[in-house]
Amino acid sequence: MHIHRYEKLWLSIGLVILAFFIATLSIAALSEGFVPPSDDQSIDPTKVAQTPPFDHPGLRKVGDHAYEAYYVAHIFAFDPATITVPVGSRVTFYVTSTDVEHGFSIPATAVNMMVTPGWVNSLSHTFKEAGTFLLVCNEYCGAGHQTMAAKVVVQ
Amino acid sequence: MTTSADAASSPLQWPKNNDSYAFSREKGDLLVLTHIYTATLVLGVGALFGALQGFSRANWIVMPDWFDYYRILTVHGVLMALVFTTFFITGLLTYATYRSIPRVRSVRLNYIGWSVMVIGTLMAAITILSGNASVLYTFYAPLKASPFFYFGATLLVAGTWFIAADIIMNVVWFKRRNPELRIPLPAFAAVCTMIMWIIATLGVTVEMLILIPWSLGWTSGVDVSLTRMLFWYFGHPLVYFWIMGAYVIWYLVVPTSYGGSVFSDGLTRLAFISLLLLSTPVGIHHEYLDPGISPGWKFFHTILTYGVVVPSFMTAFAIFASFEIAARKQGVTGFWNIVRWLPWRDPAFAGPGLGMLLFILGGFGGVVNNSYAMDVLVHNTMWVVGHFHVTVGGPVALTFIGAAYRLVPALARRKLFAPQLALVSEYLWFAGMLVMSFSMHWAGILGAPRRTSDVSYFGAAGAATWHGQMVAAALGGSLIAIGVLLFVVVATATFLQNKREEDNPELAFARVEDAAAPVPPVLDKLGTWAALAIVLAFIAYVGPVTQQLTAHSYLAPGMRTW
Repeated sequence: MHIHRYEKLWLSIGLVILAFFIATLSIAALSEGFVPPSDDQSIDPTKVAQTPPFDHPGLRKVGDHAYEAYYVAHIFAFDPATITVPVGSRVTFYVTSTDVEHGFSIPATAVNMMVTPGWVNSLSHTFKEAGTFLLVCNEYCGAGHQTMAAKVVVQ
Repeated sequence: MTTSADAASSPLQWPKNNDSYAFSREKGDLLVLTHIYTATLVLGVGALFGALQGFSRANWIVMPDWFDYYRILTVHGVLMALVFTTFFITGLLTYATYRSIPRVRSVRLNYIGWSVMVIGTLMAAITILSGNASVLYTFYAPLKASPFFYFGATLLVAGTWFIAADIIMNVVWFKRRNPELRIPLPAFAAVCTMIMWIIATLGVTVEMLILIPWSLGWTSGVDVSLTRMLFWYFGHPLVYFWIMGAYVIWYLVVPTSYGGSVFSDGLTRLAFISLLLLSTPVGIHHEYLDPGISPGWKFFHTILTYGVVVPSFMTAFAIFASFEIAARKQGVTGFWNIVRWLPWRDPAFAGPGLGMLLFILGGFGGVVNNSYAMDVLVHNTMWVVGHFHVTVGGPVALTFIGAAYRLVPALARRKLFAPQLALVSEYLWFAGMLVMSFSMHWAGILGAPRRTSDVSYFGAAGAATWHGQMVAAALGGSLIAIGVLLFVVVATATFLQNKREEDNPELAFARVEDAAAPVPPVLDKLGTWAALAIVLAFIAYVGPVTQQLTAHSYLAPGMRTW
């Protein structure tokens, strides 16, 4: 099959771009440890209220400017509804669902993950600026989905 | 040089003055017309619900409880993503096969498929509109819809298998009689697309086998992650099903509107084969932010997803080469001269041509979505809604509309009603889509979530920037809705207003520029390519599925949260 010289050149450009994309992601993953939230702890969705630490959702201080926040997502709210942390805190969010699929997102930040019944998902984020951040469910969960939100206060 | 005597005896030419062939061809045309008009009707209804959504999000209207936002969101998604596209593509692929394989044939199997699809669509749509299936078009468990919804969706898919079987049997019939000939290019594209579709729909079929007994109350729970994974095993190839439908038109139909040809027979086949191979083993890029799937598997799917660069670049090259070769033959040279020379006033060109422009934007957005470092910023935001509207709602839908302006007159043997109106419908759609998808992308960068009826969040400060984008999106959406309305009017009036013409304005496929050049016979070995596609899908999913099945045994009970 004849492939035109220009087409070979054009496809080579495509392959170089492809290699560039893959290299960028590999470097981010390997040298900066950037991987998407992929926690693999499982939990019985019908027994979340009896399973520590989700039996007492909320914020725990684990070190200097280091916190763990345990959230239970359920229709149509997050528990806790508000947490307050100092500026510069690194917060690791752990979240699970007692009912349907939810989302866990602080808009316009890299805090974004799916909350699947049966699993705990987690990610860490450093809050460098003060403010009141909106935390929303960004996966459709039912009639009150548009009201499912919480607050993260950074001061 | 082919003489007319040769043409009459060629297995690729319809014999003239042969009544049984002519009768069979007419039956086939009517069948394809039935598919296309079904798609047209569905597009009209779907667009109406789309407009209501836009108005609702812009806070122009509040949907009443008895006809709430999530119900219309579900029906819009199902009708546009699953029904409109599918009916158009089954019609188009049937036409590509029937037209390029001259044969006295039965159309019964294809009509059975169409009927099963219609019954499934009605079942699902009525269930959604009655409020018993507000589960959106992704129907993520444990949201539990009425069993009629799952039955309806299953029938819609099952119906397409009859049509796939019809297309495959026609190609097999041709190949048995003409072992020394290549499969005609349009039939090749059709059968390649259908093989991809069959492999893809196996995933959603297994999902339905889990969901249906559960929705009937026979089982008490489902593995939520597993059903999500099965959905996306199907969900991404669904996207390539649309693209392959659009590519059939870009490669084989569009060149006829400017006297052009297909750039290369072999490379066209290779592009379709690449899409067949790369369609299924990529679905986990929709689940980057899911728990329970290891980052390694997510990365594997990322790499294969980027593989689509190859057929996309090949297609871009083929399209521009086809433009340039035809233009040069008429003495037109230079980039802008060729752009101006293209028939932008011909509705059969303008739709696909404008769609190609939108596809460039769609491609850029797709690169962001697939890079999981950036995806975390846009996942489940309005960005994603902007992306799929500028892909399926842009290149795909505009291409189908443009093709319908050619197909409907050819099949119904009538003149196109009000060609100027047809042209207006396409430019309105294009302008509306630019405004709407731009606003949606922007809203997504600002963090606005998708799939919510209202983005005000009780006046929360973080949500304050989103409203303006939603208003702009609703304005763009209104233009699109008017465009759809004009399309439905033109398509319908073509049949009702104009008289039947006996000299059939037929839709022939473009001739191939390098028809005489040898093509590696391996490109026609579709069985081998299908087997390879299945192996790739297996490799991509055996790990993640095993991870789901062995991780835990918690099954979620179904819930109706709407």
